[in-house]
Amino acid sequence: MVEAFHTARELGLMSCHVCGQLARAPDGANHHLRCPRCGTPMHMRKRASLSTTWALIIAAILLYVPANLLPMMVTASLLGSQEDTIMSGVVFLWQSGSWPLAAVVFFASVMVPLLKILALIYLAASAQRRSRHYLVQRTRLYRLVEFVGRWSMLDIYVITILVALVQFQGLATIQAGPAAVAFGAVVVVTMFAAMSFDPRLIWDPLTDSALRRPDHD
Amino acid sequence: MLAPEAHLTLPANPIACHECDLLQTEPRLAPGETARCLRCGAMLARNPPDSLDRSLALTLTAAVLYIIANIYPLVGLVMQGRQVEVTLIEAVQILWKGGVEPVAALVFITALLFPILELLMFLLVLVPLRLGRVSPRLATFFRVVRSVQPWGMVEVFLLGMLVSLVKLSHLATVLLGPAFWATACLIVVLTLAARAFDTRLLWQSPIMDGS
Repeated sequence: MVEAFHTARELGLMSCHVCGQLARAPDGANHHLRCPRCGTPMHMRKRASLSTTWALIIAAILLYVPANLLPMMVTASLLGSQEDTIMSGVVFLWQSGSWPLAAVVFFASVMVPLLKILALIYLAASAQRRSRHYLVQRTRLYRLVEFVGRWSMLDIYVITILVALVQFQGLATIQAGPAAVAFGAVVVVTMFAAMSFDPRLIWDPLTDSALRRPDHD
Repeated sequence: MLAPEAHLTLPANPIACHECDLLQTEPRLAPGETARCLRCGAMLARNPPDSLDRSLALTLTAAVLYIIANIYPLVGLVMQGRQVEVTLIEAVQILWKGGVEPVAALVFITALLFPILELLMFLLVLVPLRLGRVSPRLATFFRVVRSVQPWGMVEVFLLGMLVSLVKLSHLATVLLGPAFWATACLIVVLTLAARAFDTRLLWQSPIMDGS
């Protein structure tokens, strides 16, 4: 049944990403078309999808390093001052007995950003190589990356509440460290990277043989 | 730029999958049914029952909860006889003064500004629709809802509050304010409201029947 169907691109059609309306793609590369039904600018594929995704992946990798090495949180108390990175925060939670929470924070703050970067590298590289393998699995991976990305913001909110509540001057205060800025940037940049990737590029190699030239990258 | 092949024909009532671009026939859906892409399994269309009334009711509920969540204190702490309570905006202010302005801005946008923008724009879409006044402006508002949605992270914020309270519970007594519970309810209501809305109401006039 699927074989009887074609992609919108094969028929020279674009679909609106907001309302789903199909419209004939105009000739000429720099022609800007708006959706005839809802007015959203339409593109055959997200513009410069792969190069934007790569640029954001590289930015995320660079930011991931200070996010994990610099202190996330600076605690000052009567006992002295203590600096915590993301990882030492997890270790603290683990040692104080709340291991389910330690697992949640470890997963959301350390594993998710890392796995997300690796997944985006794989998705962008395989789309660039025009791979025809694991199409369904790669699409599912993309959905997972899109869904899970926001949960990395967890540590930013944890810091927010800790800093806001622990302001007992002379007793204990908590300040956010420089890693918080880098970590927030990782989350935002990886979210933009996932948004700029066009999952239709995963499927395009299947129908490219019928077309003169694929129009992406 | 692309030459459509002459022998290719459109399926009846065509819809293109937004994730793999496959053209297929949009099936007629009974209320509550969902259509998925034949090839990649992406969700293509839904037909939520009683969409307009339900999403309007839920969105209004969310607006009330939202006000409570922002006026009252979220969480508090009692330490050596001293008690502090903070609202969301106070927490952002403290963070800002602490020297991490970008983080404060990020929290402000994702936990406060974008959720409220999403809610207001959604109401601007729903109220005229309910009154039967469909205008091209509604599409613009709906586009704002769509572009803001991924950045509203109230549910992540709630989990973040829980984690920080567990961390603090070893040192002091933690208090849950009215805004905390309002936020918890808000997440449920917002999710239901987003699920209840049938986007086709915006593009199809007159408003379709449920069959």
